[in-house]
Amino acid sequence: MRAWPIRRKPRKRDDAGPQSFVLSSDWRRPSVRWGLGTTHVVLLILLIIIGLGPILWLAKSALTPTLDTITSPMAWFPHGLTWSNLSSAWTNVDVGLYMRNTVVIALGSWAFQIVVATTGAYALSVLRPKYGKVIMALLLTTLFVPAVVLLVPLYVEVVHPPLIHTSFVNNYLAVWLPESASAFNVVLMKRFFDNLPREILEAARIDGCGPFRLFVSIVLPMSRPILGVVSIFAVIASWKDYLWPLLVLGNPNLQPLSVRLPNIEQFTPLGVFLAALALTCVVPIVGFLIFRRLIVRGSGLSGALKG
Amino acid sequence: MAIDRMIPELQGQESGRATQEATRTPRVSGARRRPATWVKRGGLSKLLFLLPLLIVFGAFSWYPIVRLVMMAVQHTNLVQRATWVGLSNFSLVIHDPLFPIAVKNTAIFAGLALVFGYPVPLIVAVLMSEVRRLRGLYAVLAYLPVVIPPVVAVLLWKTFYDAAPNGVFNTILGWVGIGPQQWIQSQAQAMPSLVLESTWANAGSTIIIYLAALVGVNQELYEAAAVDGAGLWKKVWHITMPQLRAVLLVTLILQIIGTAQVFIEPYLFTQGGPANATLTVMLLIYNYAFGNSLGASYGKAAALSVMLVGFLAVFSLIYLRATRTWSRQ
Repeated sequence: MRAWPIRRKPRKRDDAGPQSFVLSSDWRRPSVRWGLGTTHVVLLILLIIIGLGPILWLAKSALTPTLDTITSPMAWFPHGLTWSNLSSAWTNVDVGLYMRNTVVIALGSWAFQIVVATTGAYALSVLRPKYGKVIMALLLTTLFVPAVVLLVPLYVEVVHPPLIHTSFVNNYLAVWLPESASAFNVVLMKRFFDNLPREILEAARIDGCGPFRLFVSIVLPMSRPILGVVSIFAVIASWKDYLWPLLVLGNPNLQPLSVRLPNIEQFTPLGVFLAALALTCVVPIVGFLIFRRLIVRGSGLSGALKG
Repeated sequence: MAIDRMIPELQGQESGRATQEATRTPRVSGARRRPATWVKRGGLSKLLFLLPLLIVFGAFSWYPIVRLVMMAVQHTNLVQRATWVGLSNFSLVIHDPLFPIAVKNTAIFAGLALVFGYPVPLIVAVLMSEVRRLRGLYAVLAYLPVVIPPVVAVLLWKTFYDAAPNGVFNTILGWVGIGPQQWIQSQAQAMPSLVLESTWANAGSTIIIYLAALVGVNQELYEAAAVDGAGLWKKVWHITMPQLRAVLLVTLILQIIGTAQVFIEPYLFTQGGPANATLTVMLLIYNYAFGNSLGASYGKAAALSVMLVGFLAVFSLIYLRATRTWSRQ
């Protein structure tokens, strides 16, 4: 398994990269150059059609009158553009409200996930209590239990919590807290902390730095890359989450977009509905384009971790 | 590695220092286990830092796991006290006529997802790793469907699957002279349609994992093979594939585990229909617990959940055993 941080290998200009099975000697052969060149162009076209196509269609349909989308979905603006779909999705369908709910849910679960993952990983990796091994084993066990099968006991627990006796239904804590129990985050974070140079931590300790100062002033500032990765994945996962918020947030005024969209499908004209879908995608797509490197590196990393 | 070996020494020094201190102050001398010593050695701060993790995992991960197993052998209805019913929940589930249908459909979904979705990311990733210009653009395009929220993806594809002759996919089929299809409204086509959408939505992340793994292949192997006269095909087949074997085995099991829990596609596309053609195990669990207007049967839902986890655990263990030697070659 590769150790984090991934060191970039220096890129050689004359070769395609360190991992290339097509060597420069191969590229000099015309059959290879033409064959591969064509394959790559075809691949690019297919990726554009398959990866981008549905999203472009969605964007187009958000700006097309409903009737046009129903009668000729693949036509390119037969009767011109319309902005009314977007505005009526925002106001009549209350996409604005639901998007605010989605943001609140995402920020809350981000905050809880970061607090749990950093403090827990710091204790397990740097402070190392004797019982740390037991906790680590228990954490790793939860990785093998898929979250969805815990839906039923979690739901019963949220509706009738033991000890507290107040239902947490329609309370954002019911979404934030279970999402923060992510062993994946803790393991990722702990692995990063394990690789921090011990000399620096020890030097700080000798200089009289207590565990709390060590955490806030040394470990956290040194962990910006992994904090970024965990933050982005926390927000994305929360933005995507559907089933759990559906179960615990019954009040439509509290529900996030993902939960509302299937419900408004029946009562909304197709054009407005597609505009609502498009608006839901804007934040994830823009976020992805901004944090592209972090996300792509993080997914490669999560693959390596699972391996 | 050196760091790891240093840790016990450092800890040893630390505790050594602490015992020295302990002997200096007469109040705590000789009392290694007393709370004051424990606090002085940092036991309290260790526990404080672990507290959020312990609370959250205790309440929302470890406790629900125990509770799940308990609920599977109890009758729970949230009003009265839960009563012990032994294995009757399991036998109710097994004798439910929907149970074999759900298992079969889940197996079909997982199987079709393997046929559609397993080779494609690999081929795309191997081709992409050779792209010299604009590789970032390729990666963005491939990953874009993954960032679309699953609910949006399903609802969008539901529009595409409109069975009317002027639905999106039927229009496209019309261009090449194929008549309109029923898509998710037909018993035969519903499941492949769901798998198609799910493959579109998930292939990107697998492509990225393969791309990361391809970076790790030793370039010298390719050069050595080229010296021995191997062509492109031979290099891909005899070097790239064996080097990716470990990752391929992991993505295979992860995909099977993931597709065994498929829920959002059948729930939002078809509600398990038409005629239960897309009823999956997770959907059946959901229906037992939340979908029944006559009263929730949490016990049956928990029993089926336990069976699902148990199956996946046993399957993964057998898989890991069977492929252990193979992946190390």
